[in-house]
Amino acid sequence: MPLDRDPADRDYKVVGHRHNRPDGIDKVTGRAKFGADMAAPGLLHGKILRSPHAHARIKSIDVSKALALEGVKAIVTAADFPDNPAVLEDGELTNIRYNVMAREKALYDGHAVAAVAASNPRIAAKALKLIEVDYEVLPHVVDVELAMKDDAPILHDHIRTEGVEDAPDRPTNIAERIELGYGDVEAGFAEADVVIERQFRTGAAHQGYIEPHACLANISGDGSGDLWCCTQGQFMVRDVCAQLNGMDVSKLRVTPSEIGGGFGGKTTVFIEPVAVALSRKAGKPVKIVMNRGEVFRATGPTASSAIWVKMGCKKDGTITAAQAEFKYQGGAFPGSPVSMGAMTAFACYQPKTLKAIGWDVVTNRPKQAAYRAPGAPMAAFAVESIVEELAHTIGMDPVDFRLKNAATSGSKSSYGPTYSDIGLVETLEAVKAHPNYAIKLGPNQGRGVASGFWFNFGGQTAVTLNLNIDGTVALSVGTPDIGGSRASMCAMAAEELGIPYHHVQTIIADTGSLGFNDVTDGSRVTFASGLATIEAARNAVKVLCQRAAKIWGIPADAVTWENGCAVPAGPNAGEFPPMTIKELAKQAGATGGPIAGHFEVSADGAGPSFATHLVDAEVDRETGRITILRYLIVQDAGKAVSPAYVEGQMQGGAVQGIGWALNEEYIYNDKGVMENPGFLDYRVPVASDLPMIDTQIVEVPNPGHPYGVRGVGETSIVPPLGAVANAVAAAVGARPEELPMSPPRLLKLMKEQAQPLAAE
Amino acid sequence: MSQVHVTTKINGDTTEYLCDAEETLLDVLRDRLQMTGSKEGCGTGDCGACTVIMDGRPVCSCLVLGAEAEGRSVETIEGMAKGEELHPLQRHFLNGAALQCGICTPGILVAAKALLAQNANPTETEIRYWLAGNLCRCTGYDKIIRAVQSAAAEMRGESHAA
Amino acid sequence: MRYESPTTIDAAVTLLAGETGKAHVLAGGTDLLVRLRSGFVEPDLIVDLKRIDTLKTITLESDGLRVGAAVPSAELNEHADAVAGWPGVCEAAGLIGSTQVQGRATISGNLCNASPAADSVPAMVAAGAIARIIGPNGTRDVPVEEIATGPGKTSLQKGEIVESILLPKRPAGTADAYLRFIPRTEMDIAVVGVGICLTIDGSGICTAARVSLGAVAAKVIIVESAAKALIGTKVDDAALNALAAACSTAATPIDDKRGTVEFRTDIAGTLAKRAAAIALKRAEKNL
Repeated sequence: MPLDRDPADRDYKVVGHRHNRPDGIDKVTGRAKFGADMAAPGLLHGKILRSPHAHARIKSIDVSKALALEGVKAIVTAADFPDNPAVLEDGELTNIRYNVMAREKALYDGHAVAAVAASNPRIAAKALKLIEVDYEVLPHVVDVELAMKDDAPILHDHIRTEGVEDAPDRPTNIAERIELGYGDVEAGFAEADVVIERQFRTGAAHQGYIEPHACLANISGDGSGDLWCCTQGQFMVRDVCAQLNGMDVSKLRVTPSEIGGGFGGKTTVFIEPVAVALSRKAGKPVKIVMNRGEVFRATGPTASSAIWVKMGCKKDGTITAAQAEFKYQGGAFPGSPVSMGAMTAFACYQPKTLKAIGWDVVTNRPKQAAYRAPGAPMAAFAVESIVEELAHTIGMDPVDFRLKNAATSGSKSSYGPTYSDIGLVETLEAVKAHPNYAIKLGPNQGRGVASGFWFNFGGQTAVTLNLNIDGTVALSVGTPDIGGSRASMCAMAAEELGIPYHHVQTIIADTGSLGFNDVTDGSRVTFASGLATIEAARNAVKVLCQRAAKIWGIPADAVTWENGCAVPAGPNAGEFPPMTIKELAKQAGATGGPIAGHFEVSADGAGPSFATHLVDAEVDRETGRITILRYLIVQDAGKAVSPAYVEGQMQGGAVQGIGWALNEEYIYNDKGVMENPGFLDYRVPVASDLPMIDTQIVEVPNPGHPYGVRGVGETSIVPPLGAVANAVAAAVGARPEELPMSPPRLLKLMKEQAQPLAAE
Repeated sequence: MSQVHVTTKINGDTTEYLCDAEETLLDVLRDRLQMTGSKEGCGTGDCGACTVIMDGRPVCSCLVLGAEAEGRSVETIEGMAKGEELHPLQRHFLNGAALQCGICTPGILVAAKALLAQNANPTETEIRYWLAGNLCRCTGYDKIIRAVQSAAAEMRGESHAA
Repeated sequence: MRYESPTTIDAAVTLLAGETGKAHVLAGGTDLLVRLRSGFVEPDLIVDLKRIDTLKTITLESDGLRVGAAVPSAELNEHADAVAGWPGVCEAAGLIGSTQVQGRATISGNLCNASPAADSVPAMVAAGAIARIIGPNGTRDVPVEEIATGPGKTSLQKGEIVESILLPKRPAGTADAYLRFIPRTEMDIAVVGVGICLTIDGSGICTAARVSLGAVAAKVIIVESAAKALIGTKVDDAALNALAAACSTAATPIDDKRGTVEFRTDIAGTLAKRAAAIALKRAEKNL
């Protein structure tokens, strides 16, 4: 979908202005219904029994005592998810089935083993204790590098390494090897004046949405029914749940609730197929709500990683070679985002030669799920650390160094395609010009810069727009609204139709009411649903013009649309006063029936988004505690439809990145059991940890969208890990190679490596 | 299992309920009284999404037994707006884009209301520490803090600009 | 499970003493409800202390300030005499959890929960606080450091309740301070906690001191050698360094999700120095 015209010249009446969101009142008054807020007559409560072992063979499951407990209405185990053709022909679906209910083995601490539906949650909890599972505990592995060793405990007998020629025919935990690059890196390093290499590690970070997974299934005996759940994609939930339960996809209607955060973590299913199975078996509605411990133990954090990066540059700053090896463990099933890590790692730059290798590894941890720019933040941490160090080593300003090597509009990206119009240079220049860049730092303070990239995504999208009798508009989109996207849809529809913002009401449709939509991911909603909304509105305008033409008795192409009215296209078309959308709506029945516009597309041209972050941090040299003093985000939004919410995405992503850099990580004990499955010890940033987060939106229009919109949700988490690490390195004179930079790690690093306190 | 009979005031209305001894006030509000505005994010007092005001103090309703509410006064998010008229905090949260997904919003609004009741002019630091027990994963807190500041200013009569 | 909310301490003691199953006392409930919910405890009886009026008061007595077992830490920190007289205890109580937790959590509950990392306990130990215990066999007063015997374990007998805590009156030139280390600014459990109470004379010489460490052993400990490092000095750099060394030596921590042995040992000394400096400043004002 091409850019209309130069959006900078366009006088937007609605888009780009600040509006209150349509779901706002409900969310500040407690009326909004989230996943756990739904009830139904005769409701049963489901709970899930989970493996206490990291790796164990399930020799038997005896549910007889639990079933005998008064109030218990149904119990399901893996046996209730038998093979069917849909599952067998789709490897990922097979893995999801195994993940939602363990089969021959429990593969991680927290892996679901059985589920109970009972008349209240307390009885369900009691019933779980009566289920007898006979486990044979097996050796486990949770560390990516240990899992790659020849003698590592093996999770799956069927895995052979893909992407390796002549891979040995024996089980391994290495699911795939990927490689990308160009040129001769050895020659590149030979050409370099400075070469730096380091080995980095990052912990597994969880998305940390405040709303635990929740759903309510109501399935009748004929296998048809409804499912209400908090998800980033109701169509994905429908397809997966129906197929795992051997149902016709058309028989399951999924309605997405308001969603209390997702960040990628709600792009898959965990409890939903189980609730469907329990409801069908019990013949009653069943609600399952995870507790926080279950969220941590059994839903997807992102991958943990071990990353080696080597880069070389000339004295003038030119990066001559970049080489890296990425090892990502994605939990108990293949699918870590290592390829995206490798592809994004150097995407901000134009190294003369490049070689990147990635390994996708399985371990006894929960199956990873997407987390905001999946795979990219840890890769950027490693690369941005080396970039900063190269700049300092050759005595070049770190922003200038990045500018010297920056990817530019029309340049070939390090991962292959050629960039369209992109805004990296603009973000770097804005950082350099920002007052924060000139603030003098005090003792034990350091300043760090990092840039970041995310592809962004388009995907399958369907939108329907219906005109109501009073000239207002009902817009149905299929992409759950996590952060205010309905407001952007209202704005784009209103802009096209020439009507006020508040005359459009946007809803997130259930799966029975709209065509297929991919999940809300890849920062795609404002871009793809927005693009489809614009086209749906344009289609509605065509109909509106036809209706006016019919009323006026002139040809349809003699009518045009201006400011919410049909008007004659020119003097030759005749003399008619403008006909408002309201007048046309009123007469719809008489002029040909309901007036609507719809649009279906596999959107491409999403347009990548780049950002540069600037952070000042202070380190307590005696305790290793890091304080973030100042934080600036500059990001290219293409065109900010809802500027306040664009800022919000930028700030939220940055703070998640700060948490990942400072304290967040999965901690396992020697039994492979997660030690910190709660917000007490999985330490997300709290309000008092942070300063205000300064933002600056850069607008380099995306040529792939009529208004120039590009996704903004994900890029913002890519730079913070590196930016914070660079600030800390500057403050203490030693480079953090392991995230999070928790106080014990940083204190140790300072003791071992740091330069003595500079005299003040 | 014999249930506990409780008579309490919720948002000014005398309310009676029966609950199991183990049930938390949050369970009672959500499951028995259908007041689902208070959210459960953790069940351990670490996220603040279930914050209500009990006898004038903000508490995590997940850390209060339903039975303990006997004779108390409980204020929840459902009681914050007066009919169609939003509380200034609610209005400033909306206008200031201080919510994204909105799951933490009820708890933060209730906690912020309790803050402004005892400190009409809190500093940024005071707001941040008061709200440290209310996790928000979407916003990075910036716009939340600003919304509390601007609502406080309006409530002090300094500014009506929302 | 039964829930009881007696209105007298005697009734509470009778209920607890008479229960044949597992009984738990509910004060603020901020620890108990978490354990209850996780299934870690499955009591047959819960006795809520918050309907007992005498337990809800803070009273200035001739020998100190008596804090009832049902007084939440927020209320303690609103009490002018408490904050002026025992700033270390109050700041420690003010660090327990969030604002919301502060509205419920009590220092008696913090004590009886017997966590080695409890924030208010090192401060109370340093302050020389005395717990008043009421049980089937009457009333006894016990130094707070004798309550916990190990993680989650106390010396309380069946039917006994900590009814109040006495913060003993202080001579001139005395003040306390509490510092803890946590990775974030709020909401964490102490990785190390240090409570220090010291007394100085008119010439600035430290004449008495008590130093207590949390989260570095199976229970909160008193470090006599650390107190000795301060006594007789002007709490100068040399004394502070000796104090830090004594605290690090006394610490016998474990590696866990909150910190390493090495880190905790180190930080115990660092925090002790900082806490002593704060206590000293406060003591100078009290002369």
